[in-house]
Amino acid sequence: MATTTAVGLDTSTRNYITESKGIKSWLLTVDHKRIAIMYLISVLSAFLIGGIAAVLIRTELAEPGMQLMTSDQYNQVFTLHGAVMVFMFIIPGIPAVFGNFALPIMIGAKDVAFPKINLLSWYFWLAGTLFAIASLLINSADTGWTFYTPYSTETETAVSTILFGAFLLGFSSIFTGLNFIVTIHKLRAPGMTWYQLPLFCWSLYATSVIQILATPVLGITLLLVMVERFMGVGIFNPALGGDPVLFQHFFWFYSHPAVYIMILPGMGVASEVISIFSRKHIFGYKFIAWSSVAIAILGFFVWGHHMFVSGQSKMAGLVFSAITFSVAIPSAIKVFNWISTMYKGNIHLEAPMLYGLAFIFLFTIGGLTGLFLSTLATDVHLHDTYFIVAHFHYVMVGSMMMAFFAAMHHWWPKMFGVMYNKKLAMWAWGLVFFGFNLTFFPQFIMGAKGMPRRYADYIDEFANYHRLSTAGSYILTVGIAMMAVYFYRSLKNGKRTSHNPWGGGSLEWRTSSPPPHFNFDEEPTPLDPYNFDDLVYSEEDEGYVGHRLAHESELH
Amino acid sequence: MITESLTSGPINPATFLGQGVWMPPQASTYAGSVDGLWNLIFWYSTFFTVLIMALVILFVVLYRKRPGHKEQKTASHSLPLELFWTIPPSLFLVVFFFWGLNTYLDMNTPPEDSYQIHVTAMKWNWNFTYPNGVITDELHVPVDTPVTLTMESSDVIHSLFIPAFRAKMDVVPGRFQKMWFEATKTGEYHLFCTEYCGTEHSSMTTLCVVHTDEDFEAWMEVAKDPYHDAEGEPIPMRDVGELFYNRFGCAQCHSLDGSVLQGPSFQGLWGKEERMTDGATMTVDENYVLQSIWEPNAHVVEGYQAVMPTFKGKMSQKDVTAMIEFMKTIE
Repeated sequence: MATTTAVGLDTSTRNYITESKGIKSWLLTVDHKRIAIMYLISVLSAFLIGGIAAVLIRTELAEPGMQLMTSDQYNQVFTLHGAVMVFMFIIPGIPAVFGNFALPIMIGAKDVAFPKINLLSWYFWLAGTLFAIASLLINSADTGWTFYTPYSTETETAVSTILFGAFLLGFSSIFTGLNFIVTIHKLRAPGMTWYQLPLFCWSLYATSVIQILATPVLGITLLLVMVERFMGVGIFNPALGGDPVLFQHFFWFYSHPAVYIMILPGMGVASEVISIFSRKHIFGYKFIAWSSVAIAILGFFVWGHHMFVSGQSKMAGLVFSAITFSVAIPSAIKVFNWISTMYKGNIHLEAPMLYGLAFIFLFTIGGLTGLFLSTLATDVHLHDTYFIVAHFHYVMVGSMMMAFFAAMHHWWPKMFGVMYNKKLAMWAWGLVFFGFNLTFFPQFIMGAKGMPRRYADYIDEFANYHRLSTAGSYILTVGIAMMAVYFYRSLKNGKRTSHNPWGGGSLEWRTSSPPPHFNFDEEPTPLDPYNFDDLVYSEEDEGYVGHRLAHESELH
Repeated sequence: MITESLTSGPINPATFLGQGVWMPPQASTYAGSVDGLWNLIFWYSTFFTVLIMALVILFVVLYRKRPGHKEQKTASHSLPLELFWTIPPSLFLVVFFFWGLNTYLDMNTPPEDSYQIHVTAMKWNWNFTYPNGVITDELHVPVDTPVTLTMESSDVIHSLFIPAFRAKMDVVPGRFQKMWFEATKTGEYHLFCTEYCGTEHSSMTTLCVVHTDEDFEAWMEVAKDPYHDAEGEPIPMRDVGELFYNRFGCAQCHSLDGSVLQGPSFQGLWGKEERMTDGATMTVDENYVLQSIWEPNAHVVEGYQAVMPTFKGKMSQKDVTAMIEFMKTIE
């Protein structure tokens, strides 16, 4: 039984953390849970680097004129911010950390299908990141994370180094996707049907399909830029007989679907937490599940909407605009289903739920502002202004980061068996939510008024919007710093939790916290993951118990 | 003239919170259509944002965990409900699409009789060449006349953006790009580069000046001959040089106050000995300046990169003479 006096990480009982000791037992592990923890530490380090760059950008932009750095340095810092956040944090964020940790347990498996490839994926992440950091130390790239040619083939900064880093990170992403697809197909607990999968698994499945189909295109494109830089073969540079717009087609063929790599796992997290913390069966399970697949498929046919003013044909504009609108439909379906899930529920405003609700808010704004951009005539005006910057930060940061935090607060007690300070978590949530909106909402307005993106300096009349935005970024930073403190402290003196502190119905809540090395002591029988009827809160256990937990005594 | 503000336009009470607060002033024929569409999407988005937030907050208030409150069983799926919230909102998307397409086609179809201006974008300034061969660094156009810009880039991708006209088009090296607009109000408007192009991207801005027909002609008379003023009196060579310094965008890279930008400052440059990247030492004299303008990368001063575009064909030997006279005065 969980005792009220025990605090901090449990080092006495056997679980995946205490299973073996020493740094080698981690670096050579093939346990999906340990790889998830290594990914957690890694992507959070990347988040720190990208976050420092973000604060530098906002500080420089607080006033017109150049105060903190030269315009060359500014260009290097925003490139670093974009590349690190996209390739090292947002894309691997939820799948490689929480997917790796939870997916095999959620489907009742001992591990992913290819545990060694899973470890290899982490080493590719590490190698890619080292190349990116090498670029930073040599002469940090100044191309923006989009690497548009011919600028990227001409600049004298260390572009090839960071391109090669992104190329390696692509392998890391492909390996994770490959693993998840095979794992979901082959390793579901006996008797578990596709419709008994938690929706988080469906969203990861859809994400994985994009990862393995789109990422190779990015890899080849980046290699072609390197070939052009090193060997002078004309592919994208018109001075050598190439076509710079071809690069944009190749790049967005990956990078637009990649937006769904970023957002789909977040949608999966939202489906989990909204159902669990409303104590209600998820509404419209099949619609949510298949809308993930629909988004993944449609996402492959919209890349040209990044190029409405690039001079592509009017017919191409027409087609890409029309298909882009179709993506709005499955996205809207999800939002309405989440809200219906809350109807007549019993809403527990715990930290994961607060982040889940923040996700709905910010995704709604991020998604609806996308309509201005899929409409041809309005996009011409808004393209490459701060309106775009605000739009994709609402989707990629607002939504994805909120989902990442929701997942972190949701599965933290499962991962480490300890609870964080819930009061501080509420405060941090408030700061993060308010700070985020203050940072990015003014950017919609100044963008609509014509403030171009990637400007180191700007005309005075935009100064007030920039001041608000910078103030917001500092509040956001304080919120995140607070979060780092209480998570760290929970490992030292956090209260031990039961195996099911939130009352979740999926299989990970039926094993101990932290789980044993092979996830379950006894093969679990799959049930509807969103049926909470049998779960009742036990004061004594400080967690939920029910007839599903017949083996409870063996868990402790 | 004062440049039109982008952030403070008249607020139309009918569109309060709509385009009145959000968009810059309108100054082209198609700006009205773009803003009308903007308003429609804005109110549609606002409706759904408010609806969704209101429902979330309402449910949180009504169904929050509290003593005595329990969840109630309700249906876990409903096809009619799914269709209800999918189909009617989607019909609006069809309207957005067709309206957007219609205006986009208009924006991309230059009228045949339009006034032609050739644009050259380069790191980091704009050159506008008029039908009579006059080159300027600011865009001057007559009001109520369709203007077509045929654009080329001499280096990387740039993008020409005039917010007040709602007009934007990338300038891609290796091809010509066309855009057109018809200004409806005289005034000075901001013109920005909106495709990231390197170091001085954010200073690659200029103005679009919209004149009445008479003013445009008068302006052109003066612009045609930089060596004489409006009365036909000759202008000192030094002052002509200063005009060229601004017109050809020299200021982007060569400061007058000694600060180091992409190229050497003009301050005290005349007569100075410079070490070149190839080891040679050269004195800044007439022939050195001529070569630096016509074949800028033949010799590059140590510590700088070979990034300057050539001005051969744009600046005559007489123009260079004016520039030299200007340089001599920067001490």
